[in-house]
Amino acid sequence: MTILAANHAEATAPPRSLSERLGAYLPQILLAPSIFASFVYVFLFSVWTFYVSLSNSSLLPTYDYVGFSHYASLWKSARWNIAYTNLFLFSSLYVAGALLIGLTLAIAIDQRVRFESAWRTIYLYPLAVSFVVTGTVWSWLYNPTSGIEFFMHGLGWSSFQFAWTTSRDLAIYVVVITGIWQSSGFAMALLLAGLRSVDQDLVKAAQIDGASVFRTYWRIILPAIRPIFIAVIVVLLQFAIKTFDLVLALTGGGPGISTTMPANFVYDLMFQRGQIAEGAAAAMMILAALALVLVPYGLWQVWRQQREAVRG
Amino acid sequence: MADQQAGYDPFATSGTWVRTRAKLGIYALLSLFAAYYLLPLFVVILNSFRDLPEIAANGLIAWPRSFNPKGWYAAWDTYCVGGTCAGVKGNFYNSLRMTIPATLLSTAIGALNGYILSKWRFPGSGFVFGAITLGVFMPGQIALLPWAYILGQIGLTNSTYGLILVHTVQGLSFTTLFCRNFYVNIPDDLIKAARIDGAGFWRIFRKIILPLSPPILIVTVIWQFTGIWNEFLYGVVFTSGREQPITSALVALSTNGTNVRQYDVMSAAVLIAALPPLLIYFFGGRYFVRGLTQGAIK
Repeated sequence: MTILAANHAEATAPPRSLSERLGAYLPQILLAPSIFASFVYVFLFSVWTFYVSLSNSSLLPTYDYVGFSHYASLWKSARWNIAYTNLFLFSSLYVAGALLIGLTLAIAIDQRVRFESAWRTIYLYPLAVSFVVTGTVWSWLYNPTSGIEFFMHGLGWSSFQFAWTTSRDLAIYVVVITGIWQSSGFAMALLLAGLRSVDQDLVKAAQIDGASVFRTYWRIILPAIRPIFIAVIVVLLQFAIKTFDLVLALTGGGPGISTTMPANFVYDLMFQRGQIAEGAAAAMMILAALALVLVPYGLWQVWRQQREAVRG
Repeated sequence: MADQQAGYDPFATSGTWVRTRAKLGIYALLSLFAAYYLLPLFVVILNSFRDLPEIAANGLIAWPRSFNPKGWYAAWDTYCVGGTCAGVKGNFYNSLRMTIPATLLSTAIGALNGYILSKWRFPGSGFVFGAITLGVFMPGQIALLPWAYILGQIGLTNSTYGLILVHTVQGLSFTTLFCRNFYVNIPDDLIKAARIDGAGFWRIFRKIILPLSPPILIVTVIWQFTGIWNEFLYGVVFTSGREQPITSALVALSTNGTNVRQYDVMSAAVLIAALPPLLIYFFGGRYFVRGLTQGAIK
């Protein structure tokens, strides 16, 4: 009887050692540290910073709850006002400029040009360079006493003026131009890959119908790569919201405080002025701005995938 | 992918004259933009070899009339940053000691995560993947205070090891995303067949996944390396002075506060800071673009 029972048990559920049972969960066990790290990094850090923004921390974090007063004072601060106005101005011009130049270059490269990879390499290399390097070098070129203005004067055009970095009103456009210099190659690369993925039968049909070049692009090719445009816009907006080191190296936030961006303001509040709670509040606003861009995009992606799944 | 010839030739039906004019216009446009993109690179390269008085006299944008590599020696060995006069070599080495381990660690972990999340799925693994990739979008400013606290608690403030930890944790999300999206396209049947043959978790990873991985691992390593090398904020907040990586030290260098700007030395220093990612880009450009287009184009 006992022998039979033992045999039966062995047949249905072989006894498993601890290591074997652990082995079945090996993937989860190996993943656990990453899950933990991501949980801490994404969720705990956000909650932590949020909590600090509600406290009365100044030089060091403390955890005495004071509510949303730091948000109130942040939105009343003149500097924050400049920072988010700059962010709106910078984002819209930077995204539009990088898209326009990127599209122009992508279409030009797509015209069966020679040395295609050389052109692409030239337009894309700024992306491999840090914002600090870009900002530093361009700040020299914008410097009227040594850079572009000086060069033009040397050519004999003595009335030429290009001293935007010294003007409170114009300095932000210098940041825009430099940002575009850094990122338009990125837009070019993605859009070019998109142009190459368009269904050629559609394009040939339009060509046979006698559609003009402009019309073919505007009506057929560009609408076909709309998802790529949106992806590029989302990534560029994300860069714009996080812009920090470019401004720091290019203008130092100046002249005065005229080119301060939200991320620069956070850094100053936390590490230059010792207003940690208000800095945390400003950091939370950056997170909110990112969520404002990324959450709709994520939902749209899910919606698109579901629609495709339904259509088969 | 991007290397294939385009299918659409808008001028296929046009006359020779129109075609030639259109082609000339396109090359003119491409050259104009190429000049705009290359201008800063040429300016720093040329100025790093010019004499300072000559730069002062002729401006930054000028054909060199002198040749002097001493700017490079000074930038590497003797230039004064924040009180110490030892050039940027220490910061350069810091960057290497930070970037290489953080790149390798985050790539290895990402490959393993990607393998699990694509081939050993379990209930909730989709959610886990989503949660890990959220890290890609986190702004650094949110993480500053918590990291400062944690690094303080474990005694890694002002240390390269602290930065390795920070970059590995942040890099995880990128590398997991890249690798998972690559491995998902490896047929599941391959894995099933191997499991029927008695291969386990590690054996499948070593014998099937890793041999197929070089394309994605190269992309991931290139992206992590350039990203971590070029990162500024963490470096400047969590380390100071001689412990700083070169990208973070560069700002202190260019705002050094002396009355005469030493453009020759600073140009060399900027190039030293930009060189490793640039070399990687010029030699691995194909993979760089592949990393870029990954995910955005489905």
